[in-house]
Amino acid sequence: MLPLGGSAWAAASDGGPKRLVVVMLRGAVDGLNVVVPYGEEAYYTARPTIAIAKPGTDNGGVALDDHFALHPALAGLTPLWQAKQLAFVHAAGSPDPTRSHFDAQLFIENGTPGRHATADGWMNRLLAALPGPHSPTSAVAVGPTLPEILRGRVAVANLPLGPAAGSALVIDRPEIAGVFDRLYVGNDPMARAWQQGRAARAELIAELPEPEAPAENGAPPPNNLLAQAKRLAGLISRDRNIRLAFLSLGGWDTHVRQGNDKGQLADRLRPFGDGLAAFAQALGRDWDDTIVVVLSEFGRTVKENGDGGTDHGHGNVVWVLGGGVRGGRVYGDWPGLAPAALYEGRDLAVTTDYRSVLAAVIGRHLRLPDRALTQIFPSFAPPHSDLDRIVA
Amino acid sequence: MPVKTAFIKLEDSCDSRRQMTTLRFLSDVGVIPAKAGIDCGIARAADKWIPAFSGMTKLAAVSGLLLLALSQPVSAGERGSDRQILHVLDRLAFGPTAQDVDHVNAVGIDRYVAEQLDPASIPEPPELSERLAALDTLKLDPVQLFAEYGPLRAVDGVKPSPDEQKVRRQRSRIILQQAQEARILRALYSPRQLQEVMVDFWYNHFNVFAGKALDHLWIGAYEQEALRPHALGKFRDLLGAVAHHPAMLFYLDNVQNAAPGSKGPNGREAGLNENYARELMELHTLGVDGGYTQDDVIALARILTGWGLVPPNSLPEKGSGFGFYPARHEQGSKHFLGQDIAANGEAEGEQALDMLAKSPATAHHIASELAQYFVTDNPPIALIDRLAGRFTETDGDIREVLKTLFASREFSDSIGGKYKTPYRFVLSAVRAAGVPVKNPKPLLAAMARLGQPLYGCPTPDGYRDTEDAWLSPDASMLRVNFAAALADRKLPVGPEAPAPDDSPVVRASVTADESIDATPLEKLLAPVLTSSTRTALAAAPAELRAAMILGSPGFMRR
Repeated sequence: MLPLGGSAWAAASDGGPKRLVVVMLRGAVDGLNVVVPYGEEAYYTARPTIAIAKPGTDNGGVALDDHFALHPALAGLTPLWQAKQLAFVHAAGSPDPTRSHFDAQLFIENGTPGRHATADGWMNRLLAALPGPHSPTSAVAVGPTLPEILRGRVAVANLPLGPAAGSALVIDRPEIAGVFDRLYVGNDPMARAWQQGRAARAELIAELPEPEAPAENGAPPPNNLLAQAKRLAGLISRDRNIRLAFLSLGGWDTHVRQGNDKGQLADRLRPFGDGLAAFAQALGRDWDDTIVVVLSEFGRTVKENGDGGTDHGHGNVVWVLGGGVRGGRVYGDWPGLAPAALYEGRDLAVTTDYRSVLAAVIGRHLRLPDRALTQIFPSFAPPHSDLDRIVA
Repeated sequence: MPVKTAFIKLEDSCDSRRQMTTLRFLSDVGVIPAKAGIDCGIARAADKWIPAFSGMTKLAAVSGLLLLALSQPVSAGERGSDRQILHVLDRLAFGPTAQDVDHVNAVGIDRYVAEQLDPASIPEPPELSERLAALDTLKLDPVQLFAEYGPLRAVDGVKPSPDEQKVRRQRSRIILQQAQEARILRALYSPRQLQEVMVDFWYNHFNVFAGKALDHLWIGAYEQEALRPHALGKFRDLLGAVAHHPAMLFYLDNVQNAAPGSKGPNGREAGLNENYARELMELHTLGVDGGYTQDDVIALARILTGWGLVPPNSLPEKGSGFGFYPARHEQGSKHFLGQDIAANGEAEGEQALDMLAKSPATAHHIASELAQYFVTDNPPIALIDRLAGRFTETDGDIREVLKTLFASREFSDSIGGKYKTPYRFVLSAVRAAGVPVKNPKPLLAAMARLGQPLYGCPTPDGYRDTEDAWLSPDASMLRVNFAAALADRKLPVGPEAPAPDDSPVVRASVTADESIDATPLEKLLAPVLTSSTRTALAAAPAELRAAMILGSPGFMRR
């Protein structure tokens, strides 16, 4: 092992490791109602019942600049925007044309749009490229299963962060776990999963909070986004080995009555925005060393459909948050919503490959060289753009 | 054409004439005393493994003997090796029970497969029928479910209060609980195991999420009316039953799909909704690479405009809830998958379903899903082609496709080649251990904690059935924990200790006096245990051996 590594890594700032948290909004969030192009009349023409009103009007969006506004349900994020710790990249997405949720999610996660056969996820390849010693919890997926994005040859941990996350299990007793250790020897996938689970649990069990007790009125402890965001922040703050984290949230496939400032989409966005703000706050000084990227598999149709919803589209908006982000601006080349500018005549075009955003964050924030990037995103060379400056 | 409900089938299976014939014959051949009982609960505890279900255990065992008595004795070669028998029970059933192994030993693998392919020929045990009959919401059709448990409506212009609606919603939770209980009981105890395995397969193929608004009212009815009756039948019938069912029409928003400019179901101006049309091709029939375009998605959405639900203000007393509403149907001909579809109202949709069901892409898609589910995560093309060919030759006869699959070399060569889903792991552990289940909630909680809540997959692709989807460090820990709790009888599945609704984690301690007897378990599962597991077992304390068997690497696979 080279003498740089962990110590050089940690010395990069005031002692905290650089972290990347990726959030996937599964189901295709309607990016045009997240970061609203209120400067375009075409937006209002296309969405007679679901458009977000202009800033300064009743229930209007929160102005980001003279062209874009934030969904009012995301008002909880405005302090981060004002602190220039929140940026958006609009008209971003995958170059692959699929409108299948499942293929599109796979391509975002494996980092090779159009190619199904890639055996691992880009976050696992990123983990492999990170310098320094790896621990069983270097990468953590929140949830009971391993997502495609973290699948691969490097060990990762996964755990749900419900209220019972810290509960003791019978296998925490050494004499019982020891018996099973003898059943799961070797290097096959099941043995590796067991060994990784054991190692991660040994580390996490010390870091997880006590299971939360029911409230006095007997109500179960909260298991909402806000509560989970705080638990994740607590875990990341305590476990200095965590460098990469991933979580995904569903419920964004708004084909029917998605609403405008109120309604289904607003009801999903509000706790998510508040959860992100709470996460940033709970991290304290660690926020300076953390970047959160929020992705979704594709955007939704520019025009609302017959049911006050939107169908599967193409371009979307990518969110980038963190203490070290040069935020307070909307990045990307905005193609506009004029008919000729639309992808296949109906969807927001993609002018920024989602991998360009990730490459900028990985290169600048995690300080990986270009040759590492070509392993993480094979056959992809990010063009030079403003994104080179998205991380301070 | 409304489908016959499985509930009626259950009554058929509890048909006393058939029971009596069976019992009379058994008493004639001296298997049981003639006066043992003519009612549904004949046998007493004969096997300490499944005391709560001793009747059914006995019945299953004696039906094996019955078949043995009727046929020629089976030679060792025909019977199959112990490992092959477990293989068949791990694929056609939710894992072996001691009784199933005895039965296959008695009749041979070929006979067992033939029986399973003809579920109507297998009587269901009266205890199971009785327990299912006690789940009263299963007797209601979609219209009755809506009337009884759906949102309250204004009476004489007086709207129900939010509190009243809340109470109503809470009351409706019983439907999901009973649907879950019925599914678990059938999977654990129905001798029609392949039928229940195929219900799991088709539910995931045609997934509906109980958490989507009104769908919690209908998931049980959906499974009973649309899926189970056709689980081994013709694919076109299954596809049609799904397409007409309120659960699917609602889940993928086709109830809202209307001709642009027409008045939608709620009286407001409405328009096209592509959701169902897209998933109908991508997931239910052709497959994502099945050769359709965005224009085909729109064409199919137009064809399916007007397929919806009977409006709440004109509900009949009972019924399927399906309605075709010409005023919402888009007029004019459509161009779909290269063909012109003449304007023909509801029949356009039937024509489109015919085209989709007959497409070679659909045959290939279903064949590859079946091969993945029953054989291996990455099935060989040659097998898929053979199954797809059989699908096409038989006009989508699922039973015939499965017959070809089970007879294939690829199937018999794939022993232990699949990693169990959480659903299968939990069910197979309970079946092998023979722990009687009165209260299925701890099993449902374990499935949920392992990432597979029953009826809880929000996305229309359903749960996957591959190692990639389920093998994870956290899952490894929790599966072993579940095995330990089950083996130590710490899982509160008995009637006396109901689990809290959402107890997420099973905690347990292991004590010698409580744990289940490892000796018969080891005998049952010996063929799936690796040599290193057997070595470790020999050296392990007695009270841990059952946990080790159920938590061993060999038991994680099928």
